[in-house]
Amino acid sequence: MTSQLDVENLDAGYDDLQVLNQVSFSLHPGEIGCMLGPSGCGKTTVLRAIAGFEAAWDGRILIDNREVSTSEFSLPPERRNIGMVFQDFALFPHLKVEDNVRFGLHRQPRQEQQARVQEMLAIVGMLAYAQAYPHQLSGGQQQRVALARALAPSPAILLLDEPFSNMDVELREQLAREVRSILKQENNTAVLVTHDQNEAFAMADQICVMNEGSIMQQGSGYDLYHRPLNRFVADFIGQGVIIPATVENATTVKTDLGRIQGKNRIDASPGSTVDVLIRPDDIVHDDTSEESAIVVEKAFRGADFLYFLRMDSGVEVMCLAPSHHNHKINERIGIRLNLDHLVTFSRT
Amino acid sequence: MILLATLLSLPIFTIASFLLYPSSEVWQHLRETVLNEYLLNSALLMLGVASATLVIGVGCAWLTSLCVFPGKKLFAWALLMPLAFPGYIIAYTYTGMFDFAGPLQSWIRDLTGWGYQDYYFPEIRSLGGAITMFSLVLYPYVYLLSRAAFLEQSVCVLEVSRTLGCSVWSSFYRIALPLARPAIVAGVSLALMETLADYGTVSFFGLGVFTTGIFRTWFGLGDGAAAAKLAAILLMFVFTLVIIERWSRKRARYHHTSSRYSRLPQYHLRGYRAVLAFCACFFPLFFGFILPAGQLGLWALETWDSMVDASFVALTLNSVMLAASAAALAVALALFLVYGKRQFSGKAVIASVRVVATGYAIPGTVVAVGVIIPLPWFDTRIDSLMSGHFGISTGLLLSGSLFAVMFAYMVRFLAVSVQSVESGLGKIRQSMDEAARSLSYTPTQILLRVHLPLMKATVLTAFLIVFVDVMKELPATLILRPFNFNTLAVRAFELAGDERLADSSTAALMIVAVGLVPVLLLSRGISASRAGS
Repeated sequence: MTSQLDVENLDAGYDDLQVLNQVSFSLHPGEIGCMLGPSGCGKTTVLRAIAGFEAAWDGRILIDNREVSTSEFSLPPERRNIGMVFQDFALFPHLKVEDNVRFGLHRQPRQEQQARVQEMLAIVGMLAYAQAYPHQLSGGQQQRVALARALAPSPAILLLDEPFSNMDVELREQLAREVRSILKQENNTAVLVTHDQNEAFAMADQICVMNEGSIMQQGSGYDLYHRPLNRFVADFIGQGVIIPATVENATTVKTDLGRIQGKNRIDASPGSTVDVLIRPDDIVHDDTSEESAIVVEKAFRGADFLYFLRMDSGVEVMCLAPSHHNHKINERIGIRLNLDHLVTFSRT
Repeated sequence: MILLATLLSLPIFTIASFLLYPSSEVWQHLRETVLNEYLLNSALLMLGVASATLVIGVGCAWLTSLCVFPGKKLFAWALLMPLAFPGYIIAYTYTGMFDFAGPLQSWIRDLTGWGYQDYYFPEIRSLGGAITMFSLVLYPYVYLLSRAAFLEQSVCVLEVSRTLGCSVWSSFYRIALPLARPAIVAGVSLALMETLADYGTVSFFGLGVFTTGIFRTWFGLGDGAAAAKLAAILLMFVFTLVIIERWSRKRARYHHTSSRYSRLPQYHLRGYRAVLAFCACFFPLFFGFILPAGQLGLWALETWDSMVDASFVALTLNSVMLAASAAALAVALALFLVYGKRQFSGKAVIASVRVVATGYAIPGTVVAVGVIIPLPWFDTRIDSLMSGHFGISTGLLLSGSLFAVMFAYMVRFLAVSVQSVESGLGKIRQSMDEAARSLSYTPTQILLRVHLPLMKATVLTAFLIVFVDVMKELPATLILRPFNFNTLAVRAFELAGDERLADSSTAALMIVAVGLVPVLLLSRGISASRAGS
């Protein structure tokens, strides 16, 4: 299968400050990719380089197998066949909703324009507001109009720059799912930039976790959570603690929680010490278990409790327990290890 | 762009360079005789205007933003109207009303049978009179900025102070006032800049301050260098104010503790309190606008027939043409500068836009002197160049023509249009440009389809404000206009100077009417600013 977007060994930056360092990834047609990372990691620069607003210092970008950015040459944004949804939506305040959506269709005959505008407004559920001006709409409605406007010219790639960051927290995941279903319905290829992992999980097929201008790991949300390749990804995605362990053989380590057997070879010699990642869902609360720990802190989260526990050895772990199990602070509760993915890091 | 900024700052540097110039005999003479008087008068004038505008401006702003009393909505914008009066016009209107031969004193004499010197009546043409005149027309600056500051204040802060046991008035003193202080200081500095810049009022009242001194030294004693030296000292005063103003505006930004607005608390005033509030707002409006405008109207009715003739029409046309072309030029240059700044945001470019922006603070008299000193030098150069190469003598090509006036207007008023255009362009966010480009528009198409429709109103406003400022401008026009070229402002001033107060009223009324336009625009903005958020 050919790819729709290729970013190859991209270096880029502003003035004399290098922001991106050898960034590479590709997307197949219809795939939704996501650049996820803390602020200042360069994720927005990747997006702007794909759009053509920033030049590539080195490496290249291909859209539909056509070179659009190299170190010598940069196709201007208006000729790249991209659509973009901005953080502030950037709707044109002097144009009605339908004229905003029509804005990108200026090369098509009038009648086709009208039909496409109607179609797009129907898809995002904004037909009733065709005659409204942007300032009359709520944030979520403006978001939909911005999406319709970006999708109307059928771009090869849709770029979304933190599109939900101006939204209420409760709305974000719902909107992310809505946008995903619209993109999937139209079979659009898209790149999303966000710092919110729940948004990334809700929308993207492929997630690139970035830090300090480089991609730390690329994969599905499941992979990133359960098979982090490095400490940064382990720490950035989800919660968890890192505890010391002694290597017993190629697939087994021994910890204060007991012996843990993994499926993959551990890259350390028996007898040496490594670090093991323990997620809250790796530890199950079980009153019948012989292992126990003391509740140090707890957080009620609706469907479950997140307990912070201290074991007799002094090592602290987290435990996710069903919400009916309400224990007091300083109470001793039984726990059991239930770990499917053994993640070890060598000690430095 | 940098070239333009250099050119426009030429007058300022010319003046400033005279600080280092060796003193002439005339200068020695000035120092021994009148310089102290100028300093003292200017200082007293500033002190008086500062305290009066402070009390009127802040008081009215507080009442109209946080209290409810009859007429509040009307006052909120009507209190700006005195801004339409140039100082010199209100000054001679009041003189006409209150001096010895005026209607008020004649009426008192008729009523009591007193004669000359039988009674005490305050002399209008005095320092105190000048302070009153300036305060009446300049308090809107303080009012405008402090009202904006009160409206922006977070309600929570005020409410917290109430829950901590402050009464309405003590929460005003202890919370609202300190929070609004930077804005108030900025407003007072603006009013003081205008006071220092004024020539018409002080010359009409015969007060010895810097602007009148510059005129006297230049035209009476014929010493350009000494006049420039006076101008340089005035400039130092002005720059101090500019620095204070900028500094307080900067601080104002950090004073917002919260960006969440909700409805402001409204203190409902009843009974005598409501009456007091009504009077407090009514008096400035009455004495600052209604009374003088009424008097001008009466005079204009009386003298209408004799004054409005072909020469008056020509005068009006002159003024309108001059103002319109200056405004068009100012807007064009402002667009050039502001788009340049957006496109190439280098340090030199930003600095040059900043230099241009200081022009507004510089008194017209200073600008005029700064323009008239270097221009003849260029004239002789051009003249010798042209007659040497082509045998044509160009004479006083620049300094003797409207070019000099135009140049001075640009130095002084370009800042206004730049500010307006800049705020307009600021509303077109960078992401809108980028959105249009991602929708396959070229930069030129974006300019036409996105910027033009969005910038129309701003450009029009900038044009209007410069237009009105030029219509009202007096000292620079007076010094730099070509021989026999008159404008409404100059004519009104000349007639008033000849004690033909009633005759000047038609021209004066015209200027005030034109001046009302931006004030009304401003007040519309005021009532809309809060409703939208």
